Amino acid sequence: METTSPVERLLRGVALTLVVVFFMFPIVWIFLMSFQTNETILRIPPSVVFSPTLENYAALITGKLQTASGTLDIAFMRNLGNSVLLSVASVAVALLLGVPAAYAFARHKFKGSEDIAFTLLSFRFAPPLLVLLPLTQYFQWLGLSNTYFGLIWIYQLICLPLILWIVRGYFEDISADVEYAYRIAGHSWFSTFRKIALPLAGPGIAAAGLLAFIFAWNNFVFALVLASADKQPVTVGALAFVTASGIQYGQIAAAIVLSITPTLALALYAQRYLVEGLSLGAVKG
Amino acid sequence: MNATALSIENVDKFYGPVDHGVHAVKQLNMDVMKGEIIALLGSSGCGKTSTLRMIAGFEPVSRGTISVAGRQVQTLAPVRRNVAMAFEGYSLYPPLTVRENIAFALKAAKLSQNVVEEKVASIAKLLEIEDILGRYPSSISGGQQQRASLGRALIREADLHLLDEPMGQLEPQLRAVLRGRIKHYIKERGLTAILVTHDQTEANALADRIAVMEGGVLQQFDTPQMIKERPANLFTGTFVGEPPMNVFEASVSGTEGRVAFGLEDGIRLEYPAADFSHAVRDALMKRKNVVLGIRPYSVRRSADGVTGRVAVNQWLGDQTHIAADFAGGTMVLVEHDRTNLEIGQPIGIRLDPGSLHVFDSESGMAISHGEELA
Repeated sequence: METTSPVERLLRGVALTLVVVFFMFPIVWIFLMSFQTNETILRIPPSVVFSPTLENYAALITGKLQTASGTLDIAFMRNLGNSVLLSVASVAVALLLGVPAAYAFARHKFKGSEDIAFTLLSFRFAPPLLVLLPLTQYFQWLGLSNTYFGLIWIYQLICLPLILWIVRGYFEDISADVEYAYRIAGHSWFSTFRKIALPLAGPGIAAAGLLAFIFAWNNFVFALVLASADKQPVTVGALAFVTASGIQYGQIAAAIVLSITPTLALALYAQRYLVEGLSLGAVKG
Repeated sequence: MNATALSIENVDKFYGPVDHGVHAVKQLNMDVMKGEIIALLGSSGCGKTSTLRMIAGFEPVSRGTISVAGRQVQTLAPVRRNVAMAFEGYSLYPPLTVRENIAFALKAAKLSQNVVEEKVASIAKLLEIEDILGRYPSSISGGQQQRASLGRALIREADLHLLDEPMGQLEPQLRAVLRGRIKHYIKERGLTAILVTHDQTEANALADRIAVMEGGVLQQFDTPQMIKERPANLFTGTFVGEPPMNVFEASVSGTEGRVAFGLEDGIRLEYPAADFSHAVRDALMKRKNVVLGIRPYSVRRSADGVTGRVAVNQWLGDQTHIAADFAGGTMVLVEHDRTNLEIGQPIGIRLDPGSLHVFDSESGMAISHGEELA
């Protein structure tokens, strides 16, 4: 354990505080906004003193948005449900397909394996807008537009490469000889995959799954184009707050708080895996 | 007892496409009898580990057949070959304790709990790891992990035990003790073991026969004594033995009644023809150039010998290593007593014909050992 002088510790504390404040301030501010009305939010100069109201949350939950020009129906809770459904299902499918694939890419070098793996990765760096137009056409022909099935499928563009590449790095970190030792002691490769490789790569798989979940949750453009109101996630649903009579800042803030809560909770819960998994998997992968 | 435990026939190993990839093992043929301990000895990249992994089934065989206990296994999965293996990288299962790791392979054999415990205890005693049986692999040293891994392999009843550098991480004292115990354990149970090592002391101490490999080719497969006394070629001659064999290029000339070797710097070694058998003389006279080899232990000092100049004189506590500039190269001598030779001092060197190994200068194959034909 290295020893540090009190001055050094103090400076380090100050630096850390600055970083935390810098990154956390927007979230704190939005949290505060979510308990205010549009009037108190927009007053100049801004102030942290206000009488809190639960109106914004109530409006979101009941789906009735009060604006200057009347009451608007919004589907926020439905959007939230869609987000959960789409993200969870996409990650589940991506794990189911991606983990065995990652294992195959890590353990077996076959003709073109690197090319296939790289092609899958390239989905991540092609701008989505590039493929959206043709995709829309295909989806209409196939009858997939505005279906959960179609969205989960297209979300694989986000989740699958991520899981594949992070988990692959993790499998590569496991000594192949540990698996050989298990196999030579009388086990098939499949039980080796299940009993040795999967548990040892567990943290990496958890981290990759979590990251894929966050990316899927934050996706905007696919759902905007390929789904209509009843299938849209919160990211797209939030557009409804930009109304003819102005922007409902309070409700937007409340909606943001509600929609980042699940990912934030997940991330906090799995923080340990996330750091461990990303530093090991991503650096190597 | 004389059944063949392992038979390797015409085996080739390519990494990459067959005939175009890296040719790691070339036309390997080898038979191992039941109860034998065999060492695959060679430097890194010589094909010894590839050979072991092909036997275990972790690397596909590009060509040829491998039979274990009379069954062809080259296409079988590792689980169906009935071989046990200790890995160079230990490869213990991290979530299991040392005890569970060792007992692990016995679980499949469905032995009673008592028998398993007894066996684990006895192997742990043998390997001196009784005190760490309850620990996890991540909390013990490399040497302890290696012993645990060795225990996991030796405890099994398999047709073949494959040991990949099984003692590389152990301290020298422990290594010497364990070598003896492990050999006894293997012999007592009539197990057949194939050991991969780059340590010739280990190979000599453990193995009944040593397979020397280089460049994917089996150079010689014989008892430790034969490999030392009758190396089949220049590679085996210089690779096995410590310090290594002295070698010098020489031209052969013979007159009636004399055999002479001309070395660099005008050095000439002359022997009466009677020092070599007829066959050796004939073989030598057919050639113009040969390579002479002599082991450092066999080089003698003598006032009427050829002259060299002392370059190094090291007392190692129990023997002296003298290196002399000689014939454009270095001649190493080993003596048992301390000597007070000064650096630069000329010494007379005598090479007895009975200790000379002569190799063909082109093929490197041995022509003669002492007075006999190779």
